[in-house]
Amino acid sequence: MVYFAWVRERIGVAEEEVSPPAEVATIADLIDWLAARSPSHAAAFADRDRLRAARDQVFVPLDAPLAGAGEIAIFPPVTGG
Amino acid sequence: MIRVRVSSAPIDIAAEMEAAEAEEGGAVATFTGLVRPDDGVSELTLEHYPGATERALEALAREAVARWSLAGATIVHRVGPMRPGERIVFVAASAVHRAAALQACAFLIDRLKTDAPFWKRETVEAGHRWVEPRAADDAAADRWRS
Repeated sequence: MVYFAWVRERIGVAEEEVSPPAEVATIADLIDWLAARSPSHAAAFADRDRLRAARDQVFVPLDAPLAGAGEIAIFPPVTGG
Repeated sequence: MIRVRVSSAPIDIAAEMEAAEAEEGGAVATFTGLVRPDDGVSELTLEHYPGATERALEALAREAVARWSLAGATIVHRVGPMRPGERIVFVAASAVHRAAALQACAFLIDRLKTDAPFWKRETVEAGHRWVEPRAADDAAADRWRS
């Protein structure tokens, strides 16, 4: 897992290794699973509409399957340029 | 040719222009984004997703080159802390004629704002705050998706 911007700040780490159970099939499932494990994750993930994700460094919707990805990133909507 | 760079160093416009003008075309359109001197903001810090950022910018540049038959596309984005008035981003499109260069330049900056993983954090007297996305930016990017 990698986190950016205020998601990273609320969770308190920039990255972590996780091993979700088999029933965690999508990125949204993963977010639910992480939120249930710690208050800081729950705080970071409280508003799903403000979360975006990338799977192996490519933007995907939150309902995308994990599909054996090595790296999932969760972050706020981007504000570059 | 595609040139994409993400760096904490200040953007050297003269060097970027020279490279863009060296492409085989009769037109170069460019856009420069600066740190806006908003009230009370002393510093702007750009965070990004190393690896994914370069990948997203390269994909955008490739799409622009294919769509407008460009001779070249440049995207340079600064990251880290910067001050009001400093350059954040520079894009250039080199083409045979101006219409393609101008359209491709607008495409590059509009889509960069929604498709590349950068986040702006403003430093103000009370601490810092993350910049919220603007609906107008989503609308500007969407007009290129048809």
